[in-house]
Amino acid sequence: METQVAQVAMTVNGTPRRATVEPRKTLADTLREDFGLTGTHLGCEHGVCGACTVLVDGAAIRACLMFAVQADGSEVVTVEGLAPAGGGLSAVQRAFREEHGLQCGFCTPGFVVSLTAYLRDHPMPSGAELRDALSGNLCRCTGYQGIIAAARRAAGGMEDQ
Amino acid sequence: MTAPTITSIRAGRIGDSPQRPDGRQKVTGEFAYSSDLWLDGMLWGATLRSPHPRARITGLDITGAVAMPGVFAVLTHEDVPGRETYGLERPDQPVLAIDQIRYQGEPVALVAADHPETARRAAGRIRVSYREEPPLADARAALAPGAPSVHPGGNLVRHVRVRRGDPDARAAVVVTGEYEVGMQDQAFLGPESGLAVPAADGGVDLFVATQWLHVDRDQVAASLGLDPDLVRITLGGVGGAFGAREDLSMQIHACLLALHTGKPVKMSYSREESFFGHVHRHPASMRYEHGCSAGGRLVYVKADIVLDGGAYMSSSPAVAANAATLGIGPYEVPNVVMDSYAVYTNNPPCGAMRGFGAVQACFGYESQMDKMAAALSMDPVEFRVRNAMREGSVMPTGQVVDSAAPVAELLRLVRDRPPPPARDTGDLRSLPGGVSNTTHGEAVVRGVGYGVSIKNVGFSEGFDDYSTARVRLELTGGEPSAQVHTAAAEVGQGLVTVLEQIVRSELGVERVAVLPADTTIGSAGSSSASRQTYVTGGAVRAACAEVRSQLLARAGDPAAGSPGNRPPGLAGAAGLGDLVALLGKPAEATVTWRHRPTAPLDPGTGQGQAHVQYAFAAHRAVVDVDTELGLVKVVEIATAQDVGKAMNPQAVEGQIHGGIAQGLGLAVMEEIQVAGGVVRNPSFTDYLIPTILDMPPVRLDMLELADPHAPYGLRGVGEPPAISSTPAIVAAIRDATGIPLTRIPVRPEHLTATQPDEGPDPPSAMIMGRNAPHRVPFDPRS
Repeated sequence: METQVAQVAMTVNGTPRRATVEPRKTLADTLREDFGLTGTHLGCEHGVCGACTVLVDGAAIRACLMFAVQADGSEVVTVEGLAPAGGGLSAVQRAFREEHGLQCGFCTPGFVVSLTAYLRDHPMPSGAELRDALSGNLCRCTGYQGIIAAARRAAGGMEDQ
Repeated sequence: MTAPTITSIRAGRIGDSPQRPDGRQKVTGEFAYSSDLWLDGMLWGATLRSPHPRARITGLDITGAVAMPGVFAVLTHEDVPGRETYGLERPDQPVLAIDQIRYQGEPVALVAADHPETARRAAGRIRVSYREEPPLADARAALAPGAPSVHPGGNLVRHVRVRRGDPDARAAVVVTGEYEVGMQDQAFLGPESGLAVPAADGGVDLFVATQWLHVDRDQVAASLGLDPDLVRITLGGVGGAFGAREDLSMQIHACLLALHTGKPVKMSYSREESFFGHVHRHPASMRYEHGCSAGGRLVYVKADIVLDGGAYMSSSPAVAANAATLGIGPYEVPNVVMDSYAVYTNNPPCGAMRGFGAVQACFGYESQMDKMAAALSMDPVEFRVRNAMREGSVMPTGQVVDSAAPVAELLRLVRDRPPPPARDTGDLRSLPGGVSNTTHGEAVVRGVGYGVSIKNVGFSEGFDDYSTARVRLELTGGEPSAQVHTAAAEVGQGLVTVLEQIVRSELGVERVAVLPADTTIGSAGSSSASRQTYVTGGAVRAACAEVRSQLLARAGDPAAGSPGNRPPGLAGAAGLGDLVALLGKPAEATVTWRHRPTAPLDPGTGQGQAHVQYAFAAHRAVVDVDTELGLVKVVEIATAQDVGKAMNPQAVEGQIHGGIAQGLGLAVMEEIQVAGGVVRNPSFTDYLIPTILDMPPVRLDMLELADPHAPYGLRGVGEPPAISSTPAIVAAIRDATGIPLTRIPVRPEHLTATQPDEGPDPPSAMIMGRNAPHRVPFDPRS
């Protein structure tokens, strides 16, 4: 079986990365397998659950629905790239932790990345707008109440600590 | 390979809400789930599954798969060295199909290859010849005389009879009803996955997401033909469970491949394979007859409940017992005739899911309570309150409820909550249909409904239900620090937080580490039945007490040796300086702890002290229904629950919120649609679970009425929220529409005149493995 491969180069969490991938390989698998960034979770692999959400050139996308070759030349940020240098947590990460916005935590990276992108572009959202913004991410544990509380808290104070 | 030990030094004792010790890792992406496990040089496993629900295997040719470069092993049932079957209660399920297929998705063969795609493609080259047979797809038909048998011995898995009082009792007012519950999926987000590593001693180390490490180990060992000590299981990070990880999925398969190849083997299911890889909630068909006095007191309940267990037994016998013993609800009823049946069919196997038999029955009895209230022209809450069980009430099994049973109080609490505000027709998001812009408020009607439920906590019917805990107290950097080791599975519920809180409270130390759960210590039992804080919490408390006794003995305290000695925390009792002096050598205790024993049910009458503890919750649902389109928006849930003692109030709230979301899903959207034994919607595009827009605000009243028999007075909390939330929502839809609604989930077509569409055709072949596409056509060229 002949296997085509392609070279891809992208900046991931500020670090230039290269990989040799089959054209059919998703960005999610490349992040997880080639770059060892397993915080990007695969819950459905068909674009529904949102657990694999990452930022590509600033836009929140589902890494299971994008091929690595499509991200060639892009700047990618995963959940591992959100915490400020020095070991702290971002305001969004801190809010999820403090408001019990997670239980099993499998969905959490997707929510954290989605909310980070949304609050960057919408600094003063209403509660209804926050729900709307997070409606593409599934959580099976929390009933979303803690997630809503976390989103409100994060929207109220975006400074990292 | 093991999960890191998490040491927490924040304050947080019983009754506090400290942050999760694993929270930091979970928000940064560092937490290692079982699907994240990786070893260089590992192989990938894939599973070939049957596309047919019932068939004979007439030929099986693996040569095409074996010949593929990169393939290291292709295994069939003939390669299972030990017991060829497994199962929680009886080993009736083949590790790999033996000559016949009993459900769609049954594993037939395994492949290990150096790349997940290679493994999947190789599975596609295994030639299986099937002779299809008509599936037995209806549970009531399976009980009929002459029905074809799914297993030797017939299709009845278990019949539970409960008889109390006069079976021929008569009453002034009688209502009957037939009710159906569809098949719900646990739909945890982290797929079944794990890594099996062959060991030099001939054994295997398995890292896996599971609910019950020791029962996994025993089943794996039996099928591998190994001594259980040679199968070592360590809990991988668990992405939700809800009952679906109580049975095995890929555990034996990965270990077989690892031992066969001598290499580490990883298996990780796709979402589609996950729908076929675990048991589901039993569909139910129920008939109820309630008799009541003209004054509104229940005289009798007669019921039969048929639970579709699917192709294999799993935990169906226990589910049937729960449905039978809890099947009239939290009410005082002097005369009961209850028959609950679990049956084999060729549908997907069903077993544990949050609520475990109590969910199905609750939809039946609460629907009946509303129907009876209407027949009596009584308020539905008042009717329930009038018949509510209380402490000292007698269950249909004859068991006296010997701790708080505040059923009437819970109902009054939800009834007396202020109503939610009127809908805002200017905001589409608050209307049925949401941003689909299907209505601006026209034809939208509001309804209110109630539900109340009862659930047993812990394992019942005489099961030896215990947990084992080791607590070690030592000096770390001159500071006292404690380690807790159990085999209890943290599945997201927050057990690791609660165990830390218990140790801090019992020993008065701040530094506590919860070690990874594994089988090097005794069993903790399952993370199910709302039992783990009760039973493993009880074991940790007992181990702390023994550590404390050791230290007090070192200090020469004459009270140290007396049984039941439980002074306050050591730091408080002895002073921190003294404690450091006492810890010249570590203090350690390992304790096996049991709750009060239960007893089997009498097979003829269903009488017996079957359950150790009962838990109660009430729900009020407010819904808006678009009566033209049949769309439902749940506006608000008010709930009240007695938790005995809120060990961690924030975590308890999280359990209640999450359970309500799953109850909402069963009420209005979640169903595995099975037609002729074939699953038609094995994806998250077609199996819908509630999103943040579907989930309404929750108004919560939490009671803390201590159970004197339980550690700290606590009551299991995980399951009740998922039980009566469902009938409350359906009652609210009935209130809005006037439509009887006897089946859940309620679909739009139940609320309008239109008929459902036919689903898509089933797949022609099923090739499962990581990254398997949604539909895999069988390619004759491969």
